Amino acid sequence: MIRVILPPHLRTLAHVRGEVELDVEGQATQRSVLDALEARYPMLRGTIRDHVTQQRRPFLRFFACEEDLSHELPDAPLPAAVSSGVEPLVIIGAIAGG
Amino acid sequence: MSKVRVLVGTRKGAFVLESDGKREQWDISGPHFAGWELYHVKGSPADPNRLYASQSSGWSGQVVQRSNDGGKAWEPVGNKFVYDGVLGTHQWYDGTPHPWEFKRVWHLEPSLTDPDTVYAGVEDAALFRSTDGGQTWHELAGLRGHGSGPRWQPGAGGMCLHTIVLDPSNPGRIFVAISAAGAFRTDDGGKTWQPINRGLYSQYIPEPTAEVGHCVHRIAMHRSRPGVLFMQKHWDVMRSDDAGNSWYEVSGNLPSDFGFVIDVHAHEPETIYVVPIKSDGEHYPPDGKLRVYRSRTGGNEWEALTNGLPQTNCYVNVLRDAMAVDSLDSCGVYFGTTGGQVYASADAGDSWAPIVRDLPAVLSVEVQTLP
Repeated sequence: MIRVILPPHLRTLAHVRGEVELDVEGQATQRSVLDALEARYPMLRGTIRDHVTQQRRPFLRFFACEEDLSHELPDAPLPAAVSSGVEPLVIIGAIAGG
Repeated sequence: MSKVRVLVGTRKGAFVLESDGKREQWDISGPHFAGWELYHVKGSPADPNRLYASQSSGWSGQVVQRSNDGGKAWEPVGNKFVYDGVLGTHQWYDGTPHPWEFKRVWHLEPSLTDPDTVYAGVEDAALFRSTDGGQTWHELAGLRGHGSGPRWQPGAGGMCLHTIVLDPSNPGRIFVAISAAGAFRTDDGGKTWQPINRGLYSQYIPEPTAEVGHCVHRIAMHRSRPGVLFMQKHWDVMRSDDAGNSWYEVSGNLPSDFGFVIDVHAHEPETIYVVPIKSDGEHYPPDGKLRVYRSRTGGNEWEALTNGLPQTNCYVNVLRDAMAVDSLDSCGVYFGTTGGQVYASADAGDSWAPIVRDLPAVLSVEVQTLP
C-alpha cells in the first residue's frame, strides 16, 4: 500500500479528503504510483503530468522522506519507506503566489 | 415569469447569479472550483441546464467541467487537448519562431443546436471541438495550418483564441478571433479558413494593413443579421457588413477606442455597447469614470451610460469575455470588472446597479434567459 498526499486543489477535484492509499503492482516508482492514482481518479489525468509527454507539471514537486524526488527518473524506485507505506509520497504545489 | 442566470468566471472560481425577470433580487452561489481560474462558463442554447466551464491553474493545468442541472452539480470531463499533425511554430514576442504549446482554454462555445457539441478556443491559439459533451477534443487543424500560422504572435495575455461566433443561419460558418493574429472565418464547418482582416489598421505591426497580426479583442453579432459583425480591436471599434470580408471604423466620438468588450442589444441589431479603456498601457477607464458607451446607429455616434456606475476614482478593467446581454423584452446588459463587481442593467443600459461588488477579478460573464 502506497500513501499519497495530494495538494488541496487536486484533493477537491478528486473528491478525496486526507491521504490517498493505493495498491501498486510491481515496483513502486513515480510512474507506477501516478498510473495507479490516475486509474482510480481519472479526473487527475493531465493535472500532475502532461497527457502526452508524461512529464511532471513544472509547478508541482514530489517529496518523500524529507527528500526532493522531483528530478528523479520516473522509473526510479521510490524509497523503501514509501513503497512500504511508512512514509507518504507528497505532491506539492510550488510556492508561487496566486 | 422568465428568469435570468448569470454565469461568472473569476480568477478564483465561478459564481452563478440568478434572478427573476425583474432582475432586482439575486441569489448568488459559489465559489465553484474555488481557487482555480475560471476563464469562461457558458450554457448550451439547445439545453440551458447544460453548462461548460473552463477551469485552469498554473499548477495543475486545464480541467473542463460540465453541469447537467444548471450549475448545481458539476463533473470533470475531458481535458486532453493535443494539437493535430505537425506542431509548427508561431512568432514569439521578439519575432523569433516558437513552437505551439497548449496552455489553457479561454472560451467555450456550445453548439446552437446540440448540447453535446462544444467548441473550445485555446492558448496557444487553436480551435478544438467536442461532439461527446466534452469527453474528447479534436483540433480543427485547418485554422492553425491554413498558412499564416507562422506569422501569428501573442498579445499581452498570450496567444489565445478567445472569440468563437457561430452563424445561426449557416451551420458551416464560424468566426474566430485570435490575439494577436486577427479574425478568421470558415464556411465549411472548420475544414478550411481564411483571414478576414481587410480594413484593419494596426500601427504596432511592421505592415499596419497586413493580412494577419492584428490584435482583435472581441467580435459580436446579432443573430438576426449574421453578416454584420462588430469588433473591438486593440485600438479601434470596427464594423463589417459583409461577414468580415471588409471592415470600417465606427469609433466615432468615443473618448478612447481602446477596449476589450463589445456586444449587441438582444432586440435591436444596430444598438451596440462598448466600455472604453484609456490605453493599452493603462487598463482602466478614462478619467476614472466607468462608462458604458451605447450606439443606436451601429457605431460612430455614441452616448455615455453612467447612471449607477462609479464616476470618480474608478480604475478597474473590463475584460474581453466579461459582457453579455439577456433576451428579456427589456434587454438586460451585464458586465464584470477586474475589481470584482458585476453590474447589471435591466433597461438596456439606461441605469445600472451592482449584483455583487466584491468577487475576485472577473474574467467572463455570460447570461442565460430561462423560461
